[in-house]
Order: sequence, then structure tokens, then C-alpha cells
Amino acid sequence: MSTARLGVPKTYKLYIGGKFVRSESGRVYEVATRKGGPMLNTVNAAKGSRKDARDAVTAARAAVSGWAGTSGYNRGQVLYRIAEVLDGRRAQFAEEIAASEGVSDTAAAAQVDEAIDLWVWYAGWADKYVQVAGNANPVSGPYFNLSTPEPTGVVAVIAPQGVGSLLGFVRAVAPVLVSGNTVVVLGNERAPLAALSLGEVLATSDVPAGVVNILSGSPAEIAPWLASHADVNALDLLGAENLDWVDLQIDAAETLKRVLPPETGPDAGAPSIDRITFFTETKTVWHTKGLL
Amino acid sequence: METTATGSTAIAPASRALEVIGGDLTEKSLRRYLEGIAGVDAVGLEARAAALGTRSIKTTSKAWALDKIISLIDLTTLEGSDTPGKVRSLVAKALVPDAGDLSTPRVAAVCVYGDMVPYAVEALGRAHDADAPGRINVAAVATAFPSGRASRSVKLSDTADAVAAGADEIDMVIDRGAFLSGRYGLVFDEIVAVKEACRRPDGSYAHLKVILETGELNTYDNIRRASWLSILAGGDFIKTSTGKVAPAATLPVTLSMLEVVRDWHRLTGEKIGVKPAGGIRTSKDAIKYLVTVAETVGEEWLEPDLFRFGASSLLNDLLLQRQKLTSGSYSGPAYVTID
Repeated sequence: MSTARLGVPKTYKLYIGGKFVRSESGRVYEVATRKGGPMLNTVNAAKGSRKDARDAVTAARAAVSGWAGTSGYNRGQVLYRIAEVLDGRRAQFAEEIAASEGVSDTAAAAQVDEAIDLWVWYAGWADKYVQVAGNANPVSGPYFNLSTPEPTGVVAVIAPQGVGSLLGFVRAVAPVLVSGNTVVVLGNERAPLAALSLGEVLATSDVPAGVVNILSGSPAEIAPWLASHADVNALDLLGAENLDWVDLQIDAAETLKRVLPPETGPDAGAPSIDRITFFTETKTVWHTKGLL
Repeated sequence: METTATGSTAIAPASRALEVIGGDLTEKSLRRYLEGIAGVDAVGLEARAAALGTRSIKTTSKAWALDKIISLIDLTTLEGSDTPGKVRSLVAKALVPDAGDLSTPRVAAVCVYGDMVPYAVEALGRAHDADAPGRINVAAVATAFPSGRASRSVKLSDTADAVAAGADEIDMVIDRGAFLSGRYGLVFDEIVAVKEACRRPDGSYAHLKVILETGELNTYDNIRRASWLSILAGGDFIKTSTGKVAPAATLPVTLSMLEVVRDWHRLTGEKIGVKPAGGIRTSKDAIKYLVTVAETVGEEWLEPDLFRFGASSLLNDLLLQRQKLTSGSYSGPAYVTID
């Protein structure tokens, strides 16, 4: 007689301030079904609330000075390490993507590979984008006039909601982190497992607590609170095409946030240095030339 | 005043102690009285405090609570690096806590070191006049705050200086070393002497807050005993902590002090104030204190004469919560002052 092992059903938790927390509201929702021993297991994820979003912004704000204060070189290493840890857990991610998106195992594995490669690509930009986006401006005087991009602060991101939950997440989040911003991300509502598991990757790599905060749940419910939150500096509406995103833009305008509009189709959030530089502020300084 | 090994030396008379303990006021009779006070049920106390902390205060009640808490704050700066300029900006914040919303109430007092009192008084200007509407008091910490390790004469002149400079309230520290080694008479005498130093030329007294520094008293029994001692010696307020020792104010400690105040009120009809200080940083925590006060001694204690919060960063959190209630969206630290 074979003794089939009973699977361990997992309830995925939010990732806020470097900790895995249940939603303050106590809510969970069903996100996938997968094989776990002799029966199918229902997989649940925490359903975040506005107060979870508030806590996430507080954590993200606290992390800004540390993350923005590291050198670009160091940030690049930390981001690269995420890709390394992610690479070691490809099988898990492929399985979760297949279970929650309903795609084939091959397609899921290909998505994971592309996400890892993209993460490496963005990591490389951390100590290079300043050279591209910054400038020594020509002036007619004995001065240097230098413009350099600096991170804008706390960025709220609505991750793509369609197929490609891990790749979409990486496309949305990685470029924001490159310059030293911290993020609060609303993951894919129907397929949040990749995002929440990526939280576990972040927790075991070198990313300081609070730099990335991941919420699962309903973007329609939480996004307005982030858009109107006075302590959020920028808003990436990448995955907001099915929300009232014009209202979100109006809310964001109240506190002069930078806002990126939604994108649709397979190229949504395609890799670009513009996604890095959009979430920066240009600082321009004058400095005298030495008169020797 | 020296106390002797027999512990029978007479101690300074204080009218309250004379009334409660009787005419034979000695170190010995004081000790017998204080040690006769029933011990604290620590488990019960903490359970009660935890239960009081679970109330859900929302919407209009929350709005009322936030404004009430602001009006009960002793806005404090007690740093070695304090300057007249820092005190002036503290006073500016006390007068107009939120420049974006002038309906925000003023705080009850500003609390500074003794040498900063003249600057606080000057900066308050007419808001410090006796009959000014929305008057803000000046509280000064004295008696070699925060350690209290100085001679009696230094402590008394420290107090008298602050009162002469215009302080309305004096926050004194008790001699914890003496208290813990059982020399209650010494502690008692010192409070009586400081109270006398609070006397102004016109015969009125500056309000005396007695800081127990509960973080150094170790047990709830000691906190209860020190509370009784401070009240017997003439304190107008009993205050938990200096804010320089961890743990500072906690809900169970404040609850036990409120219970003493309640018992004293039942015994004599007299109302003593309570001031938790240090470690109260969020509106949520402060609201728990309001609930505890209302449930223990009654809502009439929620007035600046009888209850205060000693705090600095708490005010900013209250303002953020207030802004959230007014605007409907979350505010951020960029919308309040950096202290």
C-alpha cells in the first residue's frame, strides 16, 4: 500500500518592511489550485487593504535614505544578487507560474529565464545610467555646471495584470530600483504567486528591508489610496489599464507626483533606460573651476 | 535632613501627610504607612491595561480624541544641544501646531530645561499672559534632571531659578537611589523642600510635577508606593519618567499611577494630575492612554490641569492623522515640521 504524502497548503503573505505579514484586514483570497499529494490544494494569498498600503509606504519611506545613499556600483551588486538567488529557484517559480496562470511548463520556464535575464540587464545600469542621463552643461564662465539624476523617493507601482506575472513584475519594479527609489508594488491580482515568492527571494538576498514592499489583492481597491498618498513621490500605472486610471492620475496630481501611464500588449513595460530615468529628479550644481 | 538608623527622626511636615498619617509624622510612621499599602496584582494590572488598549476609536470619536490629545501635550525639548533658537521654534510649533489648519488646538505647555525658561517665556509673549485665551504654560525640569544626583541646595536653587524666570510648572525628579534603599523620609523631605522652592513672591506656587522615573523603580509595588509618597509630600502631578531611561511610560505603569490618584480622590476629594512621558510616539498609543484615564479616574481628568502627555514626536503623528481625517488621503512627514 502506498502512503501518499499529504501536501502542505500555503497561504502566501504580503512582504512589507522586510517582513512577511498577513493583511491587517485578515482577508485572504483564492489564487490557484495545484497538485499537493493525493489531492489538489487550494492556494490562498493575503488580500491587502489600504492600511497595508499605508504601512508599506511608511516602510518604503524609511528605506529611502539608506538605499538611495548606497553607491550605484553597490546597488548594482545587490540587484545582481537578486537575479542569482532567483536563478537558484527557477523550478519553484516555473511551477507557480504554471499553476496560477494556467500556461504550459515550457512557457512558464521561458518566462522565468527572461525575467532573470532582464533583472541582470537592469542591475548593470545601476552604475551607468548617471553617465547617460547626467551631463556637464556648457556655460560661458569659469564654472562647472553639472546635472545629475537622483532618485525621486517612494514609487508606487501597479504591476501588469495580464499573462506573464513574473516578467511583468520585474519589468515594472527593477527599473525603479536601479536609481535608488524604494517601491510599493501592487502585484498581479489573479496571479500574485510569482510576486509574493519574489518577496522571499528579496528577503534572502541583500536588499535592505523596506526597499521593495509587495502587496497582493485588488488594485482597484488599493490604488486610489496610493495615488492620493502624500508621501508617495511617483506612480507607475503600468498595469492599470483596467482601472479608472484617469482618476488615479488626477489624485496623483494633487501632490505633484510623477506618473507613468498604463501600457498594454506583450511589449508593456519593455526594457528601456527611460523607465529608469523617469523616476529621477535632475539636480544641477555649479562649481567654480580652479584658477591656478 | 539626616535620617537615623532607628528611623524615628521627624520629617518635614506636609499638610496632606499630617492629615492622612496623623500628627506623629516620622520616618518610621511614613514607612509603616507606605509599606502597609496593598501590593499590586501585576498580572491583573497588565491584563487590564492590555484590555483597555483594544478599544476601537474611529471617525468623530477619533477626531475628538486627536484634538484632545494635542491640548494635553507638554511639547518637550530636553537635549543637551538645545539652544534659544530651538526653544523659539518649539514655541512657534506650540502656538500654531499646523500652519495648514488653523483650527488645530494649541498644546498645553512647552517643557524645557531651566536655563531655557526665559527664552520660552519671551517667545510665547502674550500667549503666556495669565488671562490669555489658549494660554500656553512653561514647564521646566529642575532638581538636576534627569539623574537628580546633586546636593539638596543645588536642586533647590535650580528650582527657584526656573520659577523666578517665569516657569509655571516644575518637573522634579525624585532621588531613586534613596527611594530604592528605603530612605522614604529623605525622598519625602526633598519633595517638600522643592515644593517650598516653587513658591513665588506673591505667595502662589508653581505647579509641581514629581517624576518617579518608573523605569528605575523595577516593580509595580514600588511605583504605587512612590506615587503615594509623592502625593503625600505635596506633588500636584505625578509623572512617569524623564524620557531618558528605557522603559519610559508604559500603559500598565500609567494605569497603576491613575489607580493611586483615584484612591487619593476617594480618600480626600482632592484631584492629582498624571503625566506619562517618554515613548508615546503614535496617536494610536496616545488614544489608549485617553481610554485608560477615562475608565480609571473619569473623563473629568481629561483636562490640562489633570492629565498631560510629555512628548515631542507624538505631535507630528497627531497632525498627520488629523490631516488624514480632514483630507481623506494619507499624509506624509513632508507635511509637518522637522523637529
